[in-house]
Amino acid sequence: MPTTSIAVTETPLVLALLRRADDALVLGHRLSEWTGRAPTLEEELALANLALDLIGQARALYQYAGELSGHDEDQLAYLRDAGAYRNCLLVEQPNGDFSRTIVRHVLYTAFIDPFWRATMTSTDATLAAIAARSEKETAYHLRHAGEWLVRLGDGTDESHHRTQDAVDWLWPYVGELFETDAAEQAMIAAGVVPDPTALRDGWDRTVATLLDRATLHRPKDGWMQTGGRHGVHSEHLGTMLAEMQVLQRTYPGARW
Amino acid sequence: MPTETATTLWEVFIRARNGLAHRHVGSVHAADVTLALSAARDVYTRRGEGLSIWVVPSAAITASDPADKDMLFEPAASKIYRHPTFYEVPDEVGNM
Repeated sequence: MPTTSIAVTETPLVLALLRRADDALVLGHRLSEWTGRAPTLEEELALANLALDLIGQARALYQYAGELSGHDEDQLAYLRDAGAYRNCLLVEQPNGDFSRTIVRHVLYTAFIDPFWRATMTSTDATLAAIAARSEKETAYHLRHAGEWLVRLGDGTDESHHRTQDAVDWLWPYVGELFETDAAEQAMIAAGVVPDPTALRDGWDRTVATLLDRATLHRPKDGWMQTGGRHGVHSEHLGTMLAEMQVLQRTYPGARW
Repeated sequence: MPTETATTLWEVFIRARNGLAHRHVGSVHAADVTLALSAARDVYTRRGEGLSIWVVPSAAITASDPADKDMLFEPAASKIYRHPTFYEVPDEVGNM
């Protein structure tokens, strides 16, 4: 009997997998929203490639989380409400203009690429294999978005101020990337996932170098948004999921 | 008032395997060489087509003039002896 909603039993491992998978799916879906709207044909394909990389990573992670929790990948993607999504708030923020999409991608991939590299030595062999594949993709993401950041920031007056606005606007969302909680600590202690706080210095250096090349300034670390890892999201995720999930929830179990 | 200027056009060459030559596959628009390589990768190697990419500014290519077609190419048409089709190939050789 097809269902329209699932509840997932979140062991620390399942939760750790969902946090990574939801990041990838939500950001991948956001990038896919550029299809048909990108500034140039070349960038249209580039953004679609990035989106497909992320959705592929999400699939691998959902398959593994599904084996552990008794669901399949589609159920995990389509049959959970926003409150059950574990992605960080940064990736669900709307695309805005091209500069905001690029800044969001730089801030996220400067974190996730080293995260996957560190996860390649995970004590969990399945997760280590997913990390090895994902890292090759996110390394390109960081390079591509980073090169655009430099050109937008160090471009025209218009592109410079739009990109600085995007950095300022998205900055309150970066703190959440480095958060941990008791469940995550257990996985870190078991060597399953790396400690994100240990990745902070590297992230700071990567972002500082790119902002410097882009002639942009780094905002001060002030109050940081939080909540996504526990299902407390901005209003943007609900609208995104409504569009993404409508078919499976209207016609449960539909296949094509 | 239009504020956009034309972005540089680049010709893209891809080598599919070691030992093969780079082949022209198409062109991309990009502001500079780094973004041109990135665009070429994203547009032309999505299905595992390549091991190596060259990008060359289209403006750097010197092309023959189509109006010179007869002078350049017509003389070759009447010289069929330049094709290696006049040799008797012994049956024992099989397909060549």
